[in-house]
Amino acid sequence: MSGGLARMIAVRIGLGALTLLLISGLIFGAMGLLPGDVAEAILGQNRTPETVAALRTQLGLDQPAWSRYLDWIGGMLTGDFGKSLASGRPVADLIGGRLVNTLSLAAYAALISVPLSIALGILAALYRGRLADRGISIGALTAISMPDFFVAYVMIFLFAVTWGLLPSLAAVTPDAGLGEWLYRATLPALALTLATSAHMLRMTRASIVNVLASPYVEMAKLKGLTPSRVVVRHALPNALAPIINVVAVNLAFLIVGVVVVETVFVYPGLGQLLVDSVAARDVPVVQAACLIFAAAYVSLNLLADILAILTNPRLRTAR
Amino acid sequence: MSETLLEIRGLTITARSGGKTSTLVEDASLTLNRGEVLGLIGESGAGKSTLGLAAMGFARDGCRLARGSVVFDGQDLVKMPERRRRRLRGARVAYVAQSAAASFNPARTLLEQTIEAPLRHGLMTRAEAEREAIALYTRLRLPDPETIGRRYPHQVSGGQLQRAMTAMAMITRPDLIVFDEPTTALDVTTQVEVLAAIRDAVAELDTAAIYITHDLAVVAQMADRIMVMRHGKVVEEGETAALMSNPQADYTKSLWSVREFRAQTKPPSSAAPHVEARGIVATYGDAPVLHGVDLSIQPGRTLAVIGESGSGKSTLARVISGLLPAREGECRMHGEALPPSYRQRSREDLRRVQMIFQMADTALNPKIKVRDALGRALTRLMGLRGRAREERLHQLMREIDMDPAIHLDRYPGELSGGQKQRIAIARALAAEPEFLICDEVTSALDQVVAEEILRLLDRLQRERGLTMMFITHDIATVRALADDVVVMKDGHVVAAGQKDDVLDRPTDPYVRTLMESAPEMDPAWLDRLLASRAA
Repeated sequence: MSGGLARMIAVRIGLGALTLLLISGLIFGAMGLLPGDVAEAILGQNRTPETVAALRTQLGLDQPAWSRYLDWIGGMLTGDFGKSLASGRPVADLIGGRLVNTLSLAAYAALISVPLSIALGILAALYRGRLADRGISIGALTAISMPDFFVAYVMIFLFAVTWGLLPSLAAVTPDAGLGEWLYRATLPALALTLATSAHMLRMTRASIVNVLASPYVEMAKLKGLTPSRVVVRHALPNALAPIINVVAVNLAFLIVGVVVVETVFVYPGLGQLLVDSVAARDVPVVQAACLIFAAAYVSLNLLADILAILTNPRLRTAR
Repeated sequence: MSETLLEIRGLTITARSGGKTSTLVEDASLTLNRGEVLGLIGESGAGKSTLGLAAMGFARDGCRLARGSVVFDGQDLVKMPERRRRRLRGARVAYVAQSAAASFNPARTLLEQTIEAPLRHGLMTRAEAEREAIALYTRLRLPDPETIGRRYPHQVSGGQLQRAMTAMAMITRPDLIVFDEPTTALDVTTQVEVLAAIRDAVAELDTAAIYITHDLAVVAQMADRIMVMRHGKVVEEGETAALMSNPQADYTKSLWSVREFRAQTKPPSSAAPHVEARGIVATYGDAPVLHGVDLSIQPGRTLAVIGESGSGKSTLARVISGLLPAREGECRMHGEALPPSYRQRSREDLRRVQMIFQMADTALNPKIKVRDALGRALTRLMGLRGRAREERLHQLMREIDMDPAIHLDRYPGELSGGQKQRIAIARALAAEPEFLICDEVTSALDQVVAEEILRLLDRLQRERGLTMMFITHDIATVRALADDVVVMKDGHVVAAGQKDDVLDRPTDPYVRTLMESAPEMDPAWLDRLLASRAA
């Protein structure tokens, strides 16, 4: 480890934090652009101008935007996520359980899709141009071409309705055991796997095929190494950087982009909470959820950047 | 010991691409005894590397050993199952590639890669292999042999990498090593060290070797016997001394006579300089490349700029052409200062200075036909259109000895390397320049083709009275073409003057090393040089 490397990583982390700050401004600004008034939405049919004004004062909506932003961001930084407008409960309580659910589902899906797609990508690269490669490529392209809600319904039809193997609803409760949770979450995880694998698989294949054409791979073959060792020891380490990047983007998608799948399977995740809160104009919850999604994106990409640097000995070691 | 180690008989190697089968090597035969070094020589595309790899029973993707036999120590590698061939490779036959920089895995240390084959083949324990690697690093005169193995490929120099690769090939004490142009990518001064290291190690370990190169002078130093290849066929074969002094085949004779071309040297003149550079300081980012370079070229003369890679000679060309504005100093033409950046130069200034690059492949847009590549220059810089343009196009093509009826409508991909370089020259000429900068224009070409290009440039210069700056690392090319010479090292000019003064009576120690490092055809050259250095 050199000082240059530590500095490079520190710079990336700083840039990530700055990005997140900018995003927080965007989220806050976008909320202000939403049509209608929160106080009016909460009071509904029974509102009078007086009650609306009173509620606005109570919610702090009469303050100027920058002061509300500073309040909000200050609260976020100190762990105070505010209170839900709709239910009055602390946002942290509402989001906490949902976030755990979303992260567990994302982890479950990732545990299936990342090893699967990298292994299939390596296979496709090894047998490029042959039947196995074509089969894998066609399968991957088919999976990525179909919208995820469609895939989800097809899977419900096959696994739940036709064969009765898995439940169609994934409405897990907090007290469910691991076995129960796995049983209920498998279908959504499979749907997510199909939605994300193709991208990672294609990138793994392309990246390895690219490296397989390099002279050092020929050299490895001429040293009498077996094909699997050539790929794993010589090709893969040099193909990792682009693969890591695509994996990170897909992991982020597993956390952020699951709204549709969660809705189809009625899975109590953060995405569903976000959708419900938007409908209810529950601004603090929406803002907090958006910021968590943004943080997931930024930190996963940051992690990918740092890992990509660490896999490159030119960057890792001093000359 | 004159026991036969390798016997190739009637070997034909074919390649399939896009449904078409082409023949890379046709009916080749060779015999190699234990401990013998066979030089394989020919132009690129002659099938040397393909044949060299076939000696290991290896064919690249899409290639096939279609007919014939490769008998290594009594076993036919062609008929053998791949699993058994793998057991021989890296153990009893080994390979040293042209570019060590590309052939070492950038993600693994040198030592890991050096000891991989003996470990994988179960020939040594890790400790034994590491000891052996260090012993070989020492034998091949690598610096810090104990610790250099812990470095990654990007942390050592090209010459060191090439020696490390030789150590990697030798670690299992193979019976045969295939050296595929192992010094082609190196500077001449580095080449001498690597050649000497390889030759000594091969002799001490009594390894047989196939030494592939396109450089006659190099093969003369390394090989006991030489085999000449062309278009996939063996042209001629013989003992080194006999073949060097008395080649039989016409093609071999033409190869041998390549270095005889000499342009007529112009008498010294006292004319005012045509192009001048004064105190040029240039940097890439913050990295300094040129530290105050002076240079002047008189009208109608050829100035050769020589130096090793990284000496700053191409950077100097980029500064003069305005591609890289200088930090300090200025370029003058006819005594008038040129604006530093091409963006500030007038179209007339741009027209007067033209540049030709090393790789015609990358300098020509593959999607643009010859007619349009040249036509654009004519329209943009000379304002020619319609009939006038067409006539000029034909005239240009005839000037570079190409047939306008055939070649004007071709894409660069449909031309040979030499033809592409001719088109690049024509594109420069289209602007009717006064000053032509040639940056390593023959380095990527075979010697025979390179000589044709040199003759062409010489003729064009005399016909048009061009002033030329010719950048090269090859001393033979300088001898052939230059009137004056500038020698560069580490961004400084270390010697300048008329060709004979600079090259034949060098005062600077670096120029002397450079001159004596240029390989000569005499098979005893390397011995003599090493003896004189040891003394």
